[in-house]
Amino acid sequence: MLQTNLEHVTSKEHLQQIIESNEKVAVCCGRMGPMCIPVYEVFEVFGEKYPDIKFMDMEFDNPEAAVIRSLPECSTFRGLPFTVYYRNGKVVKATTSIQNAKQIKEVIEEVLS
Amino acid sequence: MSHHFDLIIIGAGPAGLAAAIYASRAAIKTLVIDESSAGGQVKTTHQVANYPGFIEPVSGHQLASNMKKQAEKYGTKFELAAEITDLNLVGAEKWVKADGETYTAKQIIISTGSSPRLLNVPGEKEFKGGGISYCATCDGEFYTGKDIVVVGGGNSAMEESLLLLQFVNSITVIHQFDALQAEKVTAEKMIQNPKVNILWSHEPRGFEKNGERMIITAENLKTKEMVTIERDGVFIFVGMLPNVDALKNTPLEFSKYGYIVTNENMETNIEGVYAAGDVRDKKYRQIATAVGDGTVASLEVIRKM
Ligand SMILES: Cc1cc2nc3c(=O)[nH]c(=O)nc-3n(C[C@H](O)[C@H](O)[C@H](O)COP(=O)(O)OP(=O)(O)OC[C@H]3O[C@@H](n4cnc5c(N)ncnc54)[C@H](O)[C@@H]3O)c2cc1C
Repeated sequence: MLQTNLEHVTSKEHLQQIIESNEKVAVCCGRMGPMCIPVYEVFEVFGEKYPDIKFMDMEFDNPEAAVIRSLPECSTFRGLPFTVYYRNGKVVKATTSIQNAKQIKEVIEEVLS
Repeated sequence: MSHHFDLIIIGAGPAGLAAAIYASRAAIKTLVIDESSAGGQVKTTHQVANYPGFIEPVSGHQLASNMKKQAEKYGTKFELAAEITDLNLVGAEKWVKADGETYTAKQIIISTGSSPRLLNVPGEKEFKGGGISYCATCDGEFYTGKDIVVVGGGNSAMEESLLLLQFVNSITVIHQFDALQAEKVTAEKMIQNPKVNILWSHEPRGFEKNGERMIITAENLKTKEMVTIERDGVFIFVGMLPNVDALKNTPLEFSKYGYIVTNENMETNIEGVYAAGDVRDKKYRQIATAVGDGTVASLEVIRKM
């Protein structure tokens, strides 16, 4: 289990239900490692700054995380975490490896603003 | 909008958080600004075994979270994931602009720490996470049975390489000197390993992709000859750099390696501006030394107020 204060995505069905009931969703799929922790923590801070976006995480080693790992947008990714942004139920952006607050803000402005 | 504080601390690593705990406990109105979340390098350190007070190793994430909560408990305010766009360190009233807000204070502690150094060669940024990595524990398994390059020959490069050897088929180390800088025992383990090959006195000059594979161009520093090798991935571990980009246009005095120069009270050359932790010009960069610096800086602030 990820030790974050974010709401965790637990299954494919759970993710489906979240992206159907929220226009803007961001999911950071990773482990408790040095590349992932900074992204979860920026998500925690941004949860307050962007109340219209649902920021969540998902454990990379959960077999259900195939719903993220096997996305075509992530097919070339070889760096944790895989971070996926959804709008109206569709993937609008995916990033690999660590991203800082500025980079995450740029993605939000590009696809979720 | 403008917000006034007695003390602004830039950087919420152990140095900044220690300073915040001391200042807030002394009823000094304190703001901590960080471009990321609180905790600095500690929050991403798997286990810390040498910070006093913990008999068993403590997770860095837990230690960082406790430091932040301790500062919050005494009234420290935090502005996190905030980008500093401008700042003025000179004069009696100093100010920092971040995310469209202006924060003023009479005293400032800079504790922006350090970050892994990038090579800054073409292709490095573009292929981050898609062939280029900076963390063996995070990304090693994506290269199971593959052939990779490790750039660097210091302690962290060699320790991360030993971990990578559990996954990969082979490692080609690209190192700028003709001996490894890592501790002798670690260096020997690498040199003796049949899966390891070392390109001595070489430096990467660029990365490209050929399908799934990485093309690495490296220069032989002695002959100036360029070599090109093709591997499945590249891991880069080439040391740390002080986080001083936001401070470059200030009159702060920096050492020749870019660290902020202070006296033993953590005072910089600018009145009312202190530096603490890894960003400071000093010999040992550890959590305990960062906490010590933050404490000294804060006690100086308290004394002067
Ligand atoms: C992998 C690893 C393992 C380590 N293990 C240990 C260990 O076991 N024991 C030990 O004692 N030490 C260890 N260290 C060293 C230790 O983590 C550092 O010495 C310590 O964190 C330095 O603290 P600091 O507060 O000076 O800086 P940092 O921890 O680097 O924190 C600086 C903070 O400033 C912020 N910042 C940077 N620039 C800006 C800006 N422009 N605006 C706003 N905020 C900014 C950063 O986001 C960060 O939060 C380790 C380091 C690494 C990388």
